[in-house]
Amino acid sequence: MTDVGTDSDRLTRAEHNEPLLEVIDLKTHFQVEGGIVKAVDGVSFTLDRGKTLGIVGESGSGKTVLSRSIMRLITAPNVITHGEVRYDGRDLVTKSSREMKAYWGVEMAMVFQDPMTSLNPVVKVGRQMTEHIRHHLGVSKSEARATAIELLKSVRIPEPEVRIDNYPHEMSGGMRQRVCIAIALACGPKMLFADEPTTALDVTVQHQILNLLRQQQKDRFMTMIMVTHDLGVVAGRTDEIAVMYAGKVVEKAPTNQLFADMRHPYTQALLWSIPKVSQPKHTRLNAIAGRPPDLISPPSGCSFSPRCPYAQEKCHIEEPPLTAGAAPGHQFACWYPVGSPENEAAWERNLAAGVPQTLAAAGKLTATEELLETINLADDTSDHEGAGA
Amino acid sequence: MAGSGKAHLRDEADTILRVEDLNVEFPAGRGRTVYAVSGISFDIAKGETLGLVGESGCGKSTTGKAILQLPRPTSGSVRVKGNDLAAMDPESMRQARTGVQMIFQDPISSLNPRRMIGDIVAEPLAVWGPHDEDKQWPIVANMLDAVGIDPDVARYKRSHEFSGGQCQRISIARALVMEPELIICDEPVSALDVSVQAQILNMLEDLKAQYGLTLVFIAHDLAVVKNISDRVAVMYLGKMCEISESNELYDNPAHPYTALLLGSIPVPDPMANIDDVLGDEGELPSPLAPPSGCRFRTRCPLADEMCARVEPQMRRVSDDHYVACHHPLVSADPVGDPSSEVTISL
Repeated sequence: MTDVGTDSDRLTRAEHNEPLLEVIDLKTHFQVEGGIVKAVDGVSFTLDRGKTLGIVGESGSGKTVLSRSIMRLITAPNVITHGEVRYDGRDLVTKSSREMKAYWGVEMAMVFQDPMTSLNPVVKVGRQMTEHIRHHLGVSKSEARATAIELLKSVRIPEPEVRIDNYPHEMSGGMRQRVCIAIALACGPKMLFADEPTTALDVTVQHQILNLLRQQQKDRFMTMIMVTHDLGVVAGRTDEIAVMYAGKVVEKAPTNQLFADMRHPYTQALLWSIPKVSQPKHTRLNAIAGRPPDLISPPSGCSFSPRCPYAQEKCHIEEPPLTAGAAPGHQFACWYPVGSPENEAAWERNLAAGVPQTLAAAGKLTATEELLETINLADDTSDHEGAGA
Repeated sequence: MAGSGKAHLRDEADTILRVEDLNVEFPAGRGRTVYAVSGISFDIAKGETLGLVGESGCGKSTTGKAILQLPRPTSGSVRVKGNDLAAMDPESMRQARTGVQMIFQDPISSLNPRRMIGDIVAEPLAVWGPHDEDKQWPIVANMLDAVGIDPDVARYKRSHEFSGGQCQRISIARALVMEPELIICDEPVSALDVSVQAQILNMLEDLKAQYGLTLVFIAHDLAVVKNISDRVAVMYLGKMCEISESNELYDNPAHPYTALLLGSIPVPDPMANIDDVLGDEGELPSPLAPPSGCRFRTRCPLADEMCARVEPQMRRVSDDHYVACHHPLVSADPVGDPSSEVTISL
């Protein structure tokens, strides 16, 4: 417990309003039979105290691996981690699992996606909660139980005195997720990771859980990272959003700025592909052509280039760096950012040349043609790789 | 519904499917019964897409399967083009059912991992003919092509060589190969990424136009359902709350439960209101012992003594918009048919 830094040192950092979390060029690679999976490939960001960062991306974009790497939960022998994760001034990447125990639960905690499997089915929820309260706070059994009941009450579980002696299967999915949140909050962490906390839940329950998280964060002045595939979940509930694609952050901006003026073609495509209730029925969706890249051998240049309607030759060859835009805090990695004259010229050029993903985005192909293009695109990518190797 | 009633049913001549008083109950051991679907009625016109929405456990998938007699409903009729599947003997039902096909939620587990794609898609033909394999392949190839899968590449591959979106397209090809008129889609896109989801939804719209299909689209995502459906039926705990033309339902929800669902959707707009909506706090009651009267009353902010006693009947709000609620959020006609008896359940 001593290794998290001295109190006076930390107080000074907090007073000077230094960021709680700094991630510098973090890479998490998995060594597998077919090569190296670059699940997280050079991610950097800082997160201020009490703020919420949303990490958005499709499956395989590396968003979950990123959050678990920051917490140092990924430690299998085939994992290669580079870079720095500075939590309150101390680098976590060099710490062993033993040293990390001083952080888990007390400093940082995580709410996982699936409330059905993240609780032990054969242990009463009360014991699952008191276990680490007793370990970290060194209180007696009865004190820990009283704390657990208080926590259950704070996450709005009715009759907490009764529920504490339930097994997980005696509770609904929403209630189990509340228990998971209570467990995560038990030792008063300063930093909370919520990894798709509502994906397995119904829409009404999702709304309850998201509002509960927001309330708890405000009450406890926690810093939060919310990982999700759903732009709707993070829209009104985060201060900043980072959009990930193929292991990299492709755009990062304050939430309002991102929705008002998205610059990366992938962010735009992601938003456009979602059906919205504000649109009339049978509105044609702007599907993204192709599918997410293979992380063992990602496409050369910009990893979104094979699916991007604006892609030019440069995009296939040279990888764009994450650079700052005009608005404060807005960064994006694109050679032809949306809204720029270069972008419009690229669009016109591709449209005239009949580039399939551009035609698809312009709504000039039927769905089946779009899908057949998917196959051709996949073939194209493998050709590029062959040429590159 | 919270209620029953058939005021919303249309003239049978125009409909391809008409379900009346459908009940599905399952034994739950120790003499208890799960009331999964209780007395719902609906119909679908040819070429229409009906969306079925509701939270998990509301009976929407059970309803979809009951149309296919999987298993046979406890009571009620399921008439496909006038023929009641529920009343037929097993063999004639099996034959009549070929015109109705199903697409399941999980695309990977709904394909046999040990069989080749060409055989999986040809399986319905192997049962119903043509039995000659040389005649089957052109039909299969044609269907795979229609869903954007290269037939010659896919023929001898197995499902693990395809992505989730591709597997779902193969499942759709398998359903289409019998040239069905009606397809039940049970959460066909909920296991897919958003970019792939849009591809499949666009494709379903195109196939529907191309083959003159009628769809029942079951999903929990209200935005997806609105996008694809002509009409939407909202279910709660085995009952139907509200049925309406889609745009009308989302613009003017009449049932408090519909309003709760719509208020809970996460909207990709930072300015959208995310505060608590009415009725937000409650939990779904057990279908082993559903509440008396209106089943939604335990969570409903407008519930009163009448809701506990009398089950609401379907009443007309406007053309093609019906609601089963004693206190609808928009004005509705009084319960239409005076001869319709008022049920007091439980």
